Amino acid sequence: MEKIGKAEVLHVAQLARLEFTEEEVEAFTHQLNKILQYVDQLKELDTQDVKPTFHALAQTNVMREDEVRSSLTQEEALANAPDRDDRGFFRVPKIIQG
Amino acid sequence: MEYEAVIGLEVHVQLKTNSKVFCSCSTEFGAPPNTHTCPVCQGMPGVLPVLNRRVAEYAIKAALALNCQINPLSVFARKNYFYPDLPKGYQISQYELPLAEHGYLEIETPQGKRRIGITRVHMEEDAGKNVHGEFGDPHSYVDLNRTGVPLIEIVSEPDIRTPEEARLYLQKLRTIMRYIEVSDADMEKGELRCDANISIRPKGETRLGVKTELKNMNSFRHVQKALEYEIKRQQKVLEEGGIIVQETLLWNPQLGATETMRSKEEAHDYRYFPEPDLVPLEVSQEWLEEVAASLPELPDEKKARFIEEYGLSAYDAEVLTSAREMADFYEAAVKAHPDNPKALANWVMVELLGRLHAENKSLLEAPVTPQQIAQLVALVDKGTISGKMAKEVLAKTYQTGKDPQQIVEEEGLVQLSDESELEAIVEKVLEDNPKEVEKYLAGKTKIVGFFVGQIMKATKGKANPQVVNKILIKKLQEKGEQQ
Ligand SMILES: [Zn+2]
Repeated sequence: MEKIGKAEVLHVAQLARLEFTEEEVEAFTHQLNKILQYVDQLKELDTQDVKPTFHALAQTNVMREDEVRSSLTQEEALANAPDRDDRGFFRVPKIIQG
Repeated sequence: MEYEAVIGLEVHVQLKTNSKVFCSCSTEFGAPPNTHTCPVCQGMPGVLPVLNRRVAEYAIKAALALNCQINPLSVFARKNYFYPDLPKGYQISQYELPLAEHGYLEIETPQGKRRIGITRVHMEEDAGKNVHGEFGDPHSYVDLNRTGVPLIEIVSEPDIRTPEEARLYLQKLRTIMRYIEVSDADMEKGELRCDANISIRPKGETRLGVKTELKNMNSFRHVQKALEYEIKRQQKVLEEGGIIVQETLLWNPQLGATETMRSKEEAHDYRYFPEPDLVPLEVSQEWLEEVAASLPELPDEKKARFIEEYGLSAYDAEVLTSAREMADFYEAAVKAHPDNPKALANWVMVELLGRLHAENKSLLEAPVTPQQIAQLVALVDKGTISGKMAKEVLAKTYQTGKDPQQIVEEEGLVQLSDESELEAIVEKVLEDNPKEVEKYLAGKTKIVGFFVGQIMKATKGKANPQVVNKILIKKLQEKGEQQ
């Protein structure tokens, strides 16, 4: 049975700001269903006594001390910006609040 | 119908660290735009965030002060959404396994003590700042200096019932954050930010109504006002037979009203998933105990101790413990003059704070030391100066910084307590005012105040009021007997 339809794929695409052709939507729907079927297959395993994995590395507590190091200069920070102003702000299309 | 409100608050508190949560950029406020950024906080491809140890420590400290249970293992997660102030396209936060859960804090309401549950405390990063252009400008402007500044989010249970309780909860939260020195939690500076979920239901009903979310409340007063407004609005909708729509509302302080946010329907679909760039945080028992040991005495404990140890009223103890520097100031004064903690409380709260308040100053800027307040009260207690004189001495200490003892000596402000000297003065005042004496003897005993005034005038305010009263009553009685 199909777990997700085209509408769901389009919804996720919209959330990720991605645009697809009709054929791509078709292909992703098929592929995503395949992936979910595989996950269903995995779910058949008894994982009662297995701790959930949150990270691929078996490491915890990688931390740094609270020390300030130098940042990029304003010019460097803005170097890749499509648009900026003289005060050193990124300039973007008007944000409509809400 | 009588309704009751059900309110839950989501509070963000900025942590007072030197560097950002996942990179070494400075958190300093007020720098020129985009001068505190690096490839990590700008969200460049291929960079790796590394957790600031102090952020974890401060967050644990805050969670403990809010009576939470710390999860031995917590995990960072990506909250995905698009906004110009969020360069990565996701915010690093915590979701399924937050740092801490199941806490509470207690507030003192006019109806008594209330315990407000705290669902969770988690760590996350702040977003940048958007600046909107002048009217007609088709642009907005983005400063990423704040991007990556550490925050904790504190989510309350829907235990709050009135806008006043919401304000008290926030004020208590601020007090606690300041006590434990993890944040200055100044709402005006955005160091403490609050969103509210609110619904109403008929009193006695146990099911929840449909809630709305309130945003953009930038002060304690705004929070209270916005909630008051929203309760009335929801009541009106229900009374007119309408239904409440689940939506996000913005408080408009100019209009004194909430407005619908033109929100995208998918705004709440954040597709959280574990952050692959950060390994989980493990809080060992040892680390937990270390942080717990660094916690100072918290406001509730301090208040209880002030009542017990210094015999203060609950109200006085509440005021004096509402800020740590005030409690410390008071206790330093008590240490210098341990005999009269109640009088000291009064002098600190009424005389000193009154003066500071009038000049819009904080206790940290007080030109008077706790030892000087103690010396002043000691002078009154010994009978050297009267309370009235002490107020003048305090005014002079406040202006000049000189010790009260020195002012008293320099100005010869010693209270006149010598009975024989005072008796002569009392006698003269009575002789000079025979009509008033007659009135007194005729039963108008309130006229005593007039005589006291005259005696004070004759002694330039130096007469010891207790001694004057005693002599005055004695002399007047004698006059009555003579008649
Ligand atoms: Zn940075």
